[in-house]
Amino acid sequence: MPDETPMKIKDLLSLLEAKSMTPGADLEKDVLCGYTCDLLSWVMAHGQEGMAWVTVQTHMNVIAVAVLSDMACVILPENIEMEKESLDKAAAEGMCVLSSPLSGYEICGRLHAAGVPDKE
Amino acid sequence: MSSTLLHEDYPVEAEDYTRAGEASADIKRKLKQLGVSAGVLRRVSVASYEVELNLVIHSRGGVLSLEVTPERVLLVSADRGPGIPDLELAMREGWSTANETARSLGFGAGMGLPNMKRNADEFDIESQLGTGTTIRMGFLLS
Repeated sequence: MPDETPMKIKDLLSLLEAKSMTPGADLEKDVLCGYTCDLLSWVMAHGQEGMAWVTVQTHMNVIAVAVLSDMACVILPENIEMEKESLDKAAAEGMCVLSSPLSGYEICGRLHAAGVPDKE
Repeated sequence: MSSTLLHEDYPVEAEDYTRAGEASADIKRKLKQLGVSAGVLRRVSVASYEVELNLVIHSRGGVLSLEVTPERVLLVSADRGPGIPDLELAMREGWSTANETARSLGFGAGMGLPNMKRNADEFDIESQLGTGTTIRMGFLLS
């Protein structure tokens, strides 16, 4: 039975063996749902508030999409690095970016097992 | 005539992927300051980003305008061409003429126009080949 209290971004750090790439970002935000997709125009149509979005895309438009959809955080799988310009933009917009050594498949598996629901 | 609370024009350049989204981010900030509800704010944000990206990907450049009255938020995108040859096809989900650059960044899924129409309460598109395309989207505030 999943806990009804939503996870927070800080809980994802240990769950996903992840580190925050955006020092100063608010790790207390609730994670309301999980999602993975690399097609930005698709994500624009399906993004939701509080979403933890797993993507291998790292350019600046990723941050714009996450911010405009009020997402909780962006998660980069397999230690993928994000360009400095994108991280600067994330910091300026208050968007948290996590980097995990796990694959996108494993990240989503762990999120789901921990009770993070699918989008509505 | 309703009184205009806010009017802003944002020039958007063709192929400028670095600045893409800045107009939409500013629109979101301004509407938030005006106290627009979260639901409307999210729909306007999605639609404005889609239309801003369309200007970057498909047009020769244009202007995205924001107008707010007590009744509605109005977004108008007017570009300098090239115009859409077949509007019915362009409105079809999955249809896209985006180039390789746009696709490599994760755009060009053919979701833009249908997604704008889905998020706006009022949607109108006019296009003339060689002249340009104008898209009007209204979002009711009450």
